[in-house]
Amino acid sequence: MQTSTHLEISRRDLLISSAATVAVTGVAGGAIAQSAGNDMVQTSKVSFIVNGDIHNMKLDNRTTLLDALREHLHLTGTKKGCDHGQCGACTVIVDGRRLNACLTLAIMQEGRRVTTIEGLGKPGDLHPMQAAFIKHDGFQCGYCTPGQICSSVAVLEEIGANIPSHVTADLTSPVALTAAEVRERMSGNICRCGAYSNIIDAISDVGGMKA
Amino acid sequence: MRPFTFERASSIEAAAKSAASNSQAKFIAGGTNLLDLMKLEIETPTHLIDVNGLGLDKIDATPDGGLRIGALVRNTDLAAHQAVRRDYGLLSRALVAGASGQLRNVATTAGNLLQRTRCPYFYDTNMPCNKRQLGSGCSAIDGFSRQHAIVGVSDSCIATHPSDMAIAMQALDATVETVKPDGSSRTIPIADFYRLPGDTPHIESALERGEFITGVLLPPPTGGKHIYRKVRDRASYAFALVSVGVVIHPDGTGRVAVGGVAHKPWRIGEADAKMQEGARAVVGTLLANARPTEQNRFKVDLVERTLGAVISEARG
Repeated sequence: MQTSTHLEISRRDLLISSAATVAVTGVAGGAIAQSAGNDMVQTSKVSFIVNGDIHNMKLDNRTTLLDALREHLHLTGTKKGCDHGQCGACTVIVDGRRLNACLTLAIMQEGRRVTTIEGLGKPGDLHPMQAAFIKHDGFQCGYCTPGQICSSVAVLEEIGANIPSHVTADLTSPVALTAAEVRERMSGNICRCGAYSNIIDAISDVGGMKA
Repeated sequence: MRPFTFERASSIEAAAKSAASNSQAKFIAGGTNLLDLMKLEIETPTHLIDVNGLGLDKIDATPDGGLRIGALVRNTDLAAHQAVRRDYGLLSRALVAGASGQLRNVATTAGNLLQRTRCPYFYDTNMPCNKRQLGSGCSAIDGFSRQHAIVGVSDSCIATHPSDMAIAMQALDATVETVKPDGSSRTIPIADFYRLPGDTPHIESALERGEFITGVLLPPPTGGKHIYRKVRDRASYAFALVSVGVVIHPDGTGRVAVGGVAHKPWRIGEADAKMQEGARAVVGTLLANARPTEQNRFKVDLVERTLGAVISEARG
């Protein structure tokens, strides 16, 4: 598989390159271009900030933000579930907004600020939402958890910013912080273990909602 | 995903010209639908034109008292805009009924209009599909057709248009504003924007090659009660079986557009004229030429009952 070869080379490149700046040279990209039978440029340069660090990269145009984070920057906290925007495991925060990292190209992130689960908090210095997920057992296997937590942090901000949802009763009044609002807004994050009720408890705790 | 070349468009005109010069080029804005389809190699552009740097992300009042919505306004921002919430509640409601929070943060107004059907046979490259490969046949007509169109269908295609937002745009008489590769601009009433499948289901809109959507215009507010009712298999993050978007005035007159039933948002002026007579009369006209399959015949009743519920709600 070309893809796996490409990823192997990318990992090797990563190991020998500096931590802050990753230059994925055109070895794999060139091979793909040749196999496609033309000499069109199918790599692009892009610079964006991840968890406070700027990264200058040259990437195969097809690289999603998710694959750039995981395979090129080795930030494997962000998970690949369905790779089609249906499960939410890849949810990250870009310029303050949550999105599915699997459905946007890395080369479209020029100048943007990306926050992944690694950027929210670290062991010993957890984000309040990370701590609340632990306190309330908001997970079982943990695979969807980074996406759930990134989404949860953004959901509270969306409610605070008065962005309406499907269950908002009155569009012209400020959006209320309720369990129903949180549940509706979290519908893009699937949890196969079914930790939903504990996830709501964690978000309620951080949001200061009445149970 | 197939390899492609990439450019960041420097201007609307440059984007349109670039798209016109390469029949395999596509604009990319949010990319939430296009990249999904590219991964499955249903869409195989050889060149992508990133239009995200072109501005077009403002919502402005128009001189006639309406609104101009930039093509790149994100679904979240459009739904949350104060004037939209106050005067075009149907549009806000339709937007937040669609997709997930993550997708709405990225998906654009123009991209939402142009999203492709979610017909499972369109998505399954092992199956015949006239929309994906013209002349290969339609797998849905004799297949699992519960979700499919019941009106405006053809022997080539029974796919539905999946957009919630477009149902509201249709009911609100929106107009699509475009620029062509030669630099000329035009406006297309939403009623003329989408096409029925006929024997060319792969052609879905009135857009010409390279033609670029710059915005959507809403006429001045109509007043009335704005309701969008979406009926689906789960309470959130699912496409509509049917959806009903209405504006209803105190005297019972109004307008109705229906989703999940056709290749485009479904609205008929003669049906609107019967709003005071109730749901049965409206739907009798709206779906008079329905050609459901055995599996989706329930949608005829479902539209009538949903509209009935919505009319009751409007009367308070």
